[in-house]
Formats: sequence, C-alpha cells, structure tokens
Amino acid sequence: MADTDIVIGLEAHCQLTSLKTKLFCGCSSDYRGKEPNSNVCIVCLGHPGSLPKPNRKAVEYAVMTGLALRSKVSERTAFYRKNYYYVDMSKNFQISMYETSGTTTICEGGYLDINVGPHKKRIRITRMQLEEDPAKLVHIGPIDLSPYTLVDYNRAGMALLEIVTEPDMSSPKEARLFLQKLRSILEHIGVFDGGLEGAMRCDANISIRGSTRVEIKNISSFKEVEKALNFEISRQRGVLRKSERVVRETRHWDEIRKVTISLREKEEEHDYRYFPEPDIVPLVIGREMVERLGRSMPELPDARAERFSREYGIPAYDAQVLTGEKALADFFETCTKMLGEAKTASNWVMGDLLGVLHDKDLELHEAKVTPATFVGMLRMINDGKISGKIGKIILPELVTSGRDAEVIVNERDMQRIADTALLKSVVDEVFAENRKAVDDAVRDDNAVNFLIGQVMKKTRGKADPQLVNSAVKEKVMRLREKNQGSA
Amino acid sequence: MKNVLQLTLFEQIQAIRGGDVEKEKILEAYRKQIRDHDSELRAYITLNKNLMAAQDGLLEGAPLAIKDNMCTKGLKTTCASKILANYVPPYDATVVRRLKEAGGFVLGKTNMDEFAMGSSTENSAFFPSRNPWDTARVPGGSSGGSAVAVASREAVAALGSDTGGSVRCPASFCGTVGLKPTYGLLSRYGLVAFGNSLEQIGPLTRDVRDCALVMNIIAGNDEMDGTSLEVAKENYLAYLEKGVKGFKVGVPRDFFGEGTDEGVKEQVWKCVHILEGLGATWSECDLPTLNYALPTYYLTAMSEASSNLARYDGIRYGVRQEDEGLDWTASYSRTRGKGFGPEVKRRIILGTFALSAGYYEGYYLKALKVRTLIRRDFERLFKQFDVLVGPTTPTTAFRLGEKVDDPIAMYQTDIDTVPMNLANIPALSLPCGFVGGLPVGLQIMAPPLAEGMIFTVARRIEEELGLDLRPPL
Repeated sequence: MADTDIVIGLEAHCQLTSLKTKLFCGCSSDYRGKEPNSNVCIVCLGHPGSLPKPNRKAVEYAVMTGLALRSKVSERTAFYRKNYYYVDMSKNFQISMYETSGTTTICEGGYLDINVGPHKKRIRITRMQLEEDPAKLVHIGPIDLSPYTLVDYNRAGMALLEIVTEPDMSSPKEARLFLQKLRSILEHIGVFDGGLEGAMRCDANISIRGSTRVEIKNISSFKEVEKALNFEISRQRGVLRKSERVVRETRHWDEIRKVTISLREKEEEHDYRYFPEPDIVPLVIGREMVERLGRSMPELPDARAERFSREYGIPAYDAQVLTGEKALADFFETCTKMLGEAKTASNWVMGDLLGVLHDKDLELHEAKVTPATFVGMLRMINDGKISGKIGKIILPELVTSGRDAEVIVNERDMQRIADTALLKSVVDEVFAENRKAVDDAVRDDNAVNFLIGQVMKKTRGKADPQLVNSAVKEKVMRLREKNQGSA
Repeated sequence: MKNVLQLTLFEQIQAIRGGDVEKEKILEAYRKQIRDHDSELRAYITLNKNLMAAQDGLLEGAPLAIKDNMCTKGLKTTCASKILANYVPPYDATVVRRLKEAGGFVLGKTNMDEFAMGSSTENSAFFPSRNPWDTARVPGGSSGGSAVAVASREAVAALGSDTGGSVRCPASFCGTVGLKPTYGLLSRYGLVAFGNSLEQIGPLTRDVRDCALVMNIIAGNDEMDGTSLEVAKENYLAYLEKGVKGFKVGVPRDFFGEGTDEGVKEQVWKCVHILEGLGATWSECDLPTLNYALPTYYLTAMSEASSNLARYDGIRYGVRQEDEGLDWTASYSRTRGKGFGPEVKRRIILGTFALSAGYYEGYYLKALKVRTLIRRDFERLFKQFDVLVGPTTPTTAFRLGEKVDDPIAMYQTDIDTVPMNLANIPALSLPCGFVGGLPVGLQIMAPPLAEGMIFTVARRIEEELGLDLRPPL
C-alpha cells in the first residue's frame, strides 16, 4: 500500500553491540539481563570530575557503516553536547555529533536500496552520527499512567550509531524494509546483532503530503515501525477527514496499547544548545584508516544475494529474501553445504521454515532449530524414511524444541510404514469398512483415490504412498476380475 | 632545628630523610596548627581524620591540602556547594592519586567559591575563608582555602584549580607561589568541571622549588583525560639552577592600566629591574586583546558551566530535596533551586542564554573566535620575548563584603589572569613584596609548555628578594 501522498523519514538508532565496551567508558556493552544499575561506572553515571574517553573501535565501526552505505566519511569530525534535561540522562546532556558551519558528523550522504516486491527503491541517507545511549526507563504500565519512573543506567553510554534518512519512504512497509535491510548490512559488517532486544530503535517522521510533519518516538524494532506508522496514518487521515489540522508535534509509540500519544507540541520543543564537547579533542579520520577498513570490508547482503543466484542457481527474489537477515543467509548457506545441493534447502527455508517462524512470530535466532537438525530432517525425506508431508508436520517442533527429527519421528511413531504385510491388513480393514466406496472403485478408476486416502488417514500419513497405491489398486483389480468371473 | 611548620616541602623531606624529625611529628604539628587557627581562618571544609598510612615515597608523608573540587576517594568532595554537601567520591583524581602514590598525605579539603565561581572564596555555600595577613580581608579565590592553608602553615603545600585565575589570585593575595600550568599538562580527571576548556589544576606552595617539586610528581600524560598532552616528562627542579642572562622579558603596558594599584605597579617594576640586574633585557610591549579577555572568558566559562552543572539533579548522587509527590521537572527545580547559590545560578542562567538558538553565534562562537585572536596576540609577543611579566591582580586583597554585591567589580579581579586561560599558556604568581602589609603577586607568563623557563625566572627573583612570607598569626 504505497500511498503516493505519504512521506516518511527515519532516524534509526543502532547500538554497536559488537563493541566490548560502552562509547566513553570501560563498562561492558553486554548489559542485558544484568541486575539493574550494576553495569555502571563514574563516567556513565556522570559523576563529578569524570571524563569521557572515546571508543576508537566505535569510530571504526561507524566508518565501516559509512562505507557500506556509500557515504562520505568526514576527515575531521567532533563530538558535540546536546543539552536537555530528561530523566534518562546521566549528565543532562548527551554527547552526540552535530552538523553546523565548519563541522560535519562522522558520515554524510549515501544510500541504501530496498526491494519493494520486484522493484528496487533507493532510500537516501542524510548523515550518520555516533552518540551515547541514555538510560532505560521502567514504568508500571503505560508511560502516562505510571505512578513513578525507575531508571536503569546499565544501558547508559552504549554506543549508538544514528542513521538519518531523507524522507524517501512512502509506506510503513517501506520503512520496515529499510530497517530490515539496514539490519542485515550492519550484521554482515559485524558491528551489530539485531537479535538483541532494543538494539535497533527508531524515530519516524511522517506527513501526509500537504499536511504537518509529526515525529514518532520510542519505536523499538522494525516490526513495530510498521504498526506505529499504520496507526499514525489512520489517526492523521481521521483528523483530516474531520477537516481539522494535524498538529506539529512529537508523539510517543505506546507498544502496549499500540497507539501513539502526544508528548509535546512544537512550541515546547527543546533548544538543544549544541556546542563542541570540550573534554574530547576533534577526531581526525585518516585516509589510511578508511582505506584499510575499506579493504577489510566483508561481503554485504546485495553482493551475497547475487552470489547466491550465481552459485546456487536460485531465483533473484529468493536470494534477496535469504540475505535479508544475516542469520537466515548463514543458515541457508550452511544447510546447502551440508546437503551438497541448494534447491532442497532453499525450497524448505523459503517456504516452510519462514512460514513456521511467521506463524510462531519468532525470529530465526529465537528458534531452536539448527542447520544440523534441519538438514537431518531433509535427509530423512531424501532417504525415504519419512514423507515430505511428515516433514511439514514435524518442522514446528524442530523449530521450538531444537530436537533431532529422527527422535521426534520415533517418539511420535511416524516412520514410514513400508511393511507390506502390515499395509495389506490396513487395506483389508479399509475395504471392509467402506463397502460402498469399494463398489464405486470397482466400477470407476477415479473412485480409487478415496480408498487410498482412507488408508493414508488410518496410518496417519506414515504409509509409503507408492506401496499403498499399488496395494489398493491390486485389490480393486482382483475384485474386478472376481466380478467378471462370476458374471 | 627551626619550627617544622616553617620548613618548605623540600626542606621537610630533607629533614625526615636526615633523621632530624619523624613524619608523624610533622603531621601532628600541622594538625595542631589547624586546631589553633582554622576556626578563625576557615581554610578547610573537611579534615581527613585518618591516621597516616605507611606513606613511603618521595614526599615522605607530606601533609597536603586539596581544593574541594578534586575527587578524593572516601573523603567528601563538596565543591563548597550544598548540592554536593554529602558527596563522597568513589575514586581519586589523577593528580591526587599521583601525590598519594608519591607518599603524600591528604590532610584535608579546602574551602573555595562554590564550583570555583568567584574571586574571593566568599561564594562558598558554607563560610568564607579569611586572609591570614589581615583577617578582615578575603584570601582571593576561588582556591582561597588552599592559599590560606599554605600561607598560614596549615599545610605544607596545596593544590588548587585555575579556570580564570583561581590559583594565581589567592596565591597573590596570600603571599604564596601559585602556578597555572599549560592546558593539558596536568590531568583534569577527577577535577569537578566548571569551564573545562579553560581550567587546569595547579600547585600552591611556599616557594618556587616546592612548586617545581610538586609539578614533577603530578605533571604528565593521563589516558583518562582526552585533552591531556602527550609530552615527555620533565625535571622542573633542574630549571631552578639556571640563570636569566640574555633572557628577553616583555612587559605588556596593558597590565598597568587604570584600576591597577600604584603600589602593585611599583613592586612589579622592582622585579623587572632585578631581572635586568641579573643580565636579562626587557622592553615594554602591547597586548591589545587584553581588553576583550574578560568578556570572552566569562562567556566561555559560563556557557560551559551551564552544561557541566546540568548533571546535579539529585538523582544519582548529591543532595536531593524532599520531592514526594512531585514530577521529575518539579523535583529537579527544587533540588537545584535550593542546592545552588546565587552566583552559580547567575552563571548557569547567563551561560544557558549564551548557548541558546539565535545567540550561540553572537556569543559562544564569537568568544571562541576572540579566543583565537588572544592566543595569536600572545604568540606574536613570544616571538620577541622569552617571558612576559606583569601584576597577578590589579590590587592587593580587598575586604570581606566589599565586592559581594557587585559581580562586575568582582569579575574585574580576574582581568590580568583570564588571558592565559584563554590562550592555554602557563603563568605563575610569585610573592614579590608588600603594599600596606599585604602581599603583592608578580605574574610570569611563558609559551605553552615553557614552565621550566618560568621556574628559572621566578627562582632568581625569589632569591634576590628573600622575603619573609610568614603571616602574623
């Protein structure tokens, strides 16, 4: 639903989760799941006298991202203070970057192509900047109803790369596709693990053309961006239908109630009083460093998709889907190597695995299935130990339990029944229970399939279809001969 | 042997090493001096009640006073502000750590103008300190407590911090040596920020040799401070033995303008002639940008302060006012409204204004540009001269209460000291005589990282003068 009158721009905030430490101190980047306020120090708590010390690796990661998105990497950049009071701030200013006369952020310009159905769409990048993540606020229920706010500084000071786009997206879906593609690129560069909770968050600017721009904050993932923007479009269209004006404001996406609520209107907007951070000397980014990082750049999703098409002979669209997430591309490629051929792997990953993940609202990294267990199942099908149908039946359990297909099949007694004597007795039972159908089958070949179906049903799909087919047909033939003989 | 309290740091170390006196005896003598005099002088906010640990090392347990804006692990660091009245840092500032590692003992934390904002120590939220030469007068500021402690023999040496003259002004008023080093020579890690692009920690000592000795211990690169310079460590004591023959001394006329006391001028010129007598040459010169230094300094410092002090909201540390039932903005307002004194509030408000949209270019950015001009003005003079000299302050110590209600008059105290902070260059205040029984400071300036040359010049003058700097206690 790419409505022509919708204009969307994003500010994506990506934590550089591959860093060992926070942006300006030695605290661990691995803050998740820790006791609140245990992953902190004097720097990220903003104690008197503490000084920030920039993480050089974070600068390298930002440069690599810039190179991947074909941005211009600044030769000289500086950290700035963005001053405002808020409860999630440990210093009541955020160390960020700023674009003003004579100063640029770490990267400027660039673009990222997304695939909207069969079409490519180019989303331009405005700039990228490094900044520190604020603390996490914990509320009881929705933000506007919570009786108090708890602050957890474990996250405070994490390195964020903010990537600002031009308003080039024209649907919530495109916004989601942009973030998904960005995530895959960052994962391929190796700076980011999108599977971590809250690792990619964004603010979205949206306007229905000719109307006022509204900013939505607190969007916590690419799944939520689509929901938040869809809500906001309905809300704004509702306002416009009543011939009222959309107010220029900042709204908060309430993930629990799935609505946006007004945070502040334009006249209440902050004056951030940016000025150069006096405690950090300007960063000089040498050409050699940029060239070195350029040379060490790993294969990126678009190149990988092309290679998948070329090397494994899979359709371009499938290759795009498979490389849309690094974990998925890695999964597919490992399975292909284990199996020694790509077609089975790609069919099963594209069709069945993604379907199960979608039904269970899981991401691949959250699923327990591994290439080894997945390939184990495919081999059982190839070897005739189970039917493809049984494969489809047990796949959800592979995904949720992580157990081997063989174990599941044995436990549920789902091995293919290839025992002819056993099959014969089932066929006899079915013939005995379905007199009318047997008569029909004797008269009409087309009615034979019903009996075959009944046998499959009785064996819960485990019977070897070929053997059932011949056993049923054979018995029908014999009945025909008998009928002819008696006639 | 003479009273241990009259020994300089250098002499005290010699005495201990020579077995003439025990370090515990020295500490006891200082503690007694504090008991006897500090209820009147009020140099200290917090005393370290602990026993002296082993304290091995060069400094041999020297009892040192630290300005209360440098973090001391486990010892309250208040910045003379109610908002930090209960703050006990979990770490030592780098300079404090270096002093401790060299065998120094932190005797206590000294009084100051709240967050180093002031020139008289009257802006302390707790109490003013008094000048030991005349207790009706101020000790200068903002490192007033440190200067009083050293002058009155309540500490053998001290550290202060100098954002626009805060070491040199009290050194001048109290008759001690005080150095503001080159920006980046000392680590600011653990120094509670007021105007970060301007300030440096600096020693306050009884004589020039002690100053060089302390600098030997605390100077040098610190990876915890990104603005710390990576320069080779120097032995400053070596410069004390050198002569000034052939030195070219510049005397900027602009330091002797209207408002500068005639007696002060006379003492300063006396020093110029001493140098001439020792083989240096001198001539007068101009530093026209001096006129712009004060507004440039205050705009820069206040802007930075408005941001630096934003963190004091009572949430993570410090004093939080009763805020039951208040939302966070009201809680912040109450905590900050009650926690900060009037001068701090004035500077936060002015600094916030100067950084605001539409004013930034006209104020902060313009101040940055003028700062460059001032630096160039000094660079020009240092092509002609090795050092520059002038008065540290236009007058001697003024009376308590004299300028409290007139901020502009108070700011004028800094007129001769702020240019060096703007230009990042080193400057030392040396006691050079008395006017009406009050000490006068000679200010010696040099190019960046030429502290050694300052020490040579200061030491030669100090030797020639041979002043008795014991206040009448």
